Amino acid sequence: MGKDLNLKLKVWRQDNADDHGRFEEYGANGIDTDMSFLEMLDVVNEGLIEDDREPIAFDSDCREGICGTCSMVINGVAHGGQKGTTACQLHMRHFSDGATITIEPWRATAFPVHRDLVVDRTAFDRIQQAGGFISVRTGSVPDANATPVPKDDSDLAMDAAQCIGCGACVASCKNASAMLFVAAKVSHLSLVPQGQPERERRALAMVEQMDKEGFGNCTVTGSCEAVCPKEIPLDFIARMNREYGRALIKRETSS
Amino acid sequence: MNLDAKIPTGSMAQKWDKHRFDLKLVNPANKRKYEVIVVGSGLAGASAAASMAELGYNVKCFCYQDSPRRAHSIAAQGGINAAKNYQNDGDSVYRLFYDTVKGGDYRSREANVYRLAQVSVDIIDQCAAQGVPFAREYGGLLANRSFGGAQVSRTFYARGQTGQQLLLGAYSSLCRQIGLGKVQMFPRTEMLDVVLIDGHAKGVIVRDMVTGEISRHSAHTVVLATGGYGNVFYLSTNAMGCNVTATHRAYKRGAAFANPCYTQIHPTCIPVSGDHQSKLTLMSESLRNDGRVWVPKSQDVAEKIRRGEINPSGIAEVDRDYYLERKYPSFGNLVPRDVASRNAKEACDEGRGVVGSGLGVYLDFADAIGRMGEDVVRERYGNLFDMYEKITGSNAYQNPMTIYPAVHYTMGGLWVDYNLMSNIPGLFVIGEANFSDHGANRLGASALMQGLADGYFVLPYTIGQYLAEIGPDERPSEASSEFGGVEESVKSRIDKLLSIKGKRTPTSFHRELGQIIWDKCGMSRSESGLNEALEKLPALRQEFWENLNVPGENGSLNQSLELAGRVADFLEFGELMCRDALQREESCGGHFREEHQTEEGEAKRDDENFSFVGAWEYKGADSTPQIHKEELTYEEVKMTQRSYK
Ligand SMILES: Cc1cc2nc3c(=O)[nH]c(=O)nc-3n(C[C@H](O)[C@H](O)[C@H](O)COP(=O)(O)OP(=O)(O)OC[C@H]3O[C@@H](n4cnc5c(N)ncnc54)[C@H](O)[C@@H]3O)c2cc1C
Ligand code: SF4
Ligand code: FES
Repeated sequence: MGKDLNLKLKVWRQDNADDHGRFEEYGANGIDTDMSFLEMLDVVNEGLIEDDREPIAFDSDCREGICGTCSMVINGVAHGGQKGTTACQLHMRHFSDGATITIEPWRATAFPVHRDLVVDRTAFDRIQQAGGFISVRTGSVPDANATPVPKDDSDLAMDAAQCIGCGACVASCKNASAMLFVAAKVSHLSLVPQGQPERERRALAMVEQMDKEGFGNCTVTGSCEAVCPKEIPLDFIARMNREYGRALIKRETSS
Repeated sequence: MNLDAKIPTGSMAQKWDKHRFDLKLVNPANKRKYEVIVVGSGLAGASAAASMAELGYNVKCFCYQDSPRRAHSIAAQGGINAAKNYQNDGDSVYRLFYDTVKGGDYRSREANVYRLAQVSVDIIDQCAAQGVPFAREYGGLLANRSFGGAQVSRTFYARGQTGQQLLLGAYSSLCRQIGLGKVQMFPRTEMLDVVLIDGHAKGVIVRDMVTGEISRHSAHTVVLATGGYGNVFYLSTNAMGCNVTATHRAYKRGAAFANPCYTQIHPTCIPVSGDHQSKLTLMSESLRNDGRVWVPKSQDVAEKIRRGEINPSGIAEVDRDYYLERKYPSFGNLVPRDVASRNAKEACDEGRGVVGSGLGVYLDFADAIGRMGEDVVRERYGNLFDMYEKITGSNAYQNPMTIYPAVHYTMGGLWVDYNLMSNIPGLFVIGEANFSDHGANRLGASALMQGLADGYFVLPYTIGQYLAEIGPDERPSEASSEFGGVEESVKSRIDKLLSIKGKRTPTSFHRELGQIIWDKCGMSRSESGLNEALEKLPALRQEFWENLNVPGENGSLNQSLELAGRVADFLEFGELMCRDALQREESCGGHFREEHQTEEGEAKRDDENFSFVGAWEYKGADSTPQIHKEELTYEEVKMTQRSYK
């Protein structure tokens, strides 16, 4: 058993996308330091329901740091600022008794708020639909070992593929840029031989969709890398810029 | 009730080939005239939706998360089996088949399992072609590991995130089809009922979880890929939203629910830390390759540990009981999941547990670190040790981990025939939601294999037979009275949930339900305990419908309402589980009946009387459901008692 904390929460409440929203304050008392941050919110919500008030809406599913569902800005930092940690894996032992904690949703034009801390991230899906894949039909593929992949390439591809699509990178960026997310996917697929045939098409299509969705430009401030729970490095943005440049040149020379 | 499994004739090795030849084909030009509904976007649902769209069918796919990429499959860590024999260590389709039937404690259907082993090899090819970054050797070829005590290395993996990478592969294929307009995706949409017309499944009623809007969707056929029901226990390793709603509603519309009592308890999870606990976290099974499980020999020492008066490192070797190594000298710490779990429970029930609650045992790496050095241990398990520290605040390089079993997977599910169709024509069930391949116990790394086998390589063929039979003109109108009737019942239930305005939260009921099921229908079950549960559950259900409080309304995002609907279904379903556990007067796999054990306390099967699939038919709210039996026959694998001594 951990120790108990008494905390004050300032939480963003917003009824729907059209509502202006406001901060409301709640006490969170007797919070065990062994709780996760979301379990702390569960406790607060149970109390609210018991008082017949509407609980704070927030997204979560796996609570293991892998599904990318949880999404909240805690004390001004997306996911709360523990290195490589999603909000669901953040534990209360990192807070001190008597603290005030501010909790807000991801804020970005491309991520409209559904309610309270729950936002719409379908823009990410549409970027993937534009080109974040290798076009293979089920069944029409060679034996897996017919295409060796150098281990270093494969490991680097895996580093990029770890992105959980949470959107913290966007939420932390002053331009609300989605570059780190897009760079991770473009890099993953351009690093493996199977991804080569569509390499240029993919980079162009995903970047184009990203722009359409209203994400901002990347000015390489690095705030995305700092909050990314999967510690996806900025290097991938550089790699993606090269991919994109390469694709543009190829498009120009072939047209 | 007709439980014809439709197993093809012919030799085991030829059944699937022959069956594919015998299946009717849908004329390619006609495929675009068919509408297919897929509920679920996990490994099973995403792979099926993408593959069927590639074939030309028009697919509507639903999931409750905000993106199909977040389905619970994403959390699988360890790996996926396939009979590739890339390691040249004697693996084969036949061996994987044999291991799976044996591992399932002879309660699965041989023909299905054989097919699973056959198509397993295609899965790896498919995923590699999608760019899934599987672990590789320096030569660039795929790496394998041995998993869950298997004697061959047939498990493929992507670090500790295999499920994530496989799901992102399937999701990318799904995205491609969404982009092409062949799949219409409905995220944040909950399926609340299935609609039958003339006895065939022809559509679903869903709720938009953002606006609360209830809508009707008709199709030629409905596929459920909605995952398992482990959250009936409240605490499990499943994601928070995993639920039984889709399959339970189908059951109430006439689909048989098979073997609901078969659940898998995973031995290595992080113990419960307090009442606030919302879910449990799995620590990969691979840890048992190098970690040693122990508790103190005496209760007194355990008591002192629980009070924090002594540290585990201070306990002398002679005072430790490495109970798995002691009782099972040949398998030791690598005994199957059910055996490891039951033994942990036994040690804790004897008062030798080592965490505050008394429910935890050690998984100790001190020897491994001494033998191989901390760096090697870090390289193998670093991410798991980090996760452990994040959650518990304790460093497992310095102190042994504490672990305890937790609910992890459900082998039971809707009954399906060899074509993966339930007893309701046109209702197909794939992935963890069906019962088909794992018998009474699932082997590690075999759920991912089954989900993808069903979705990529089985269903896209077998569904064609049904569609060819009914023809392309059959799609009923959403304005029909059948749709209207089901929609009405869905709406009135929501209104009811919102209007009770009692005192208790949905979570408080869920927690109480979970405690009953865990105590009485968990790691070990007895006639008296199950009867007790069957008395408590109706009372709890009654209180739920009288004293529940769901704040807010239906017309907007309302997470309490979503949860209340799921808990209402779990409350009914839990009873079915207990009933099934009660009728199964034997122990097999994950189902351990205290009355049926050997002298050494091991599970004792009764093949003469219980080698059947128990498939339950709903008989109405006030009647007891009726069990139907599909007898299991074993042509290839000889039934033996499992022994890990
Ligand atoms: C922590 C953990 C680790 C695991 N590790 C492994 C492993 O290493 N190897 C292995 O083989 N297996 C593993 N498993 C098991 C395996 O992950 C699952 O059995 C498998 O992923 C299930 O896939 P599925 O597609 O059937 O269902 P899921 O992935 O659960 O998907 C269910 C889908 O249905 C949707 N859905 C559910 N209900 C509704 C509804 N009412 N309305 C609309 N949509 C709905 C959900 O949104 C989701 O898209 C693990 C499981 C856990 C919990
Ligand atoms: S790059 Fe990092 S922060 Fe951005 S979506 Fe991926 S995991 Fe989240
Ligand atoms: S809830 Fe899945 S990453 Fe946080």
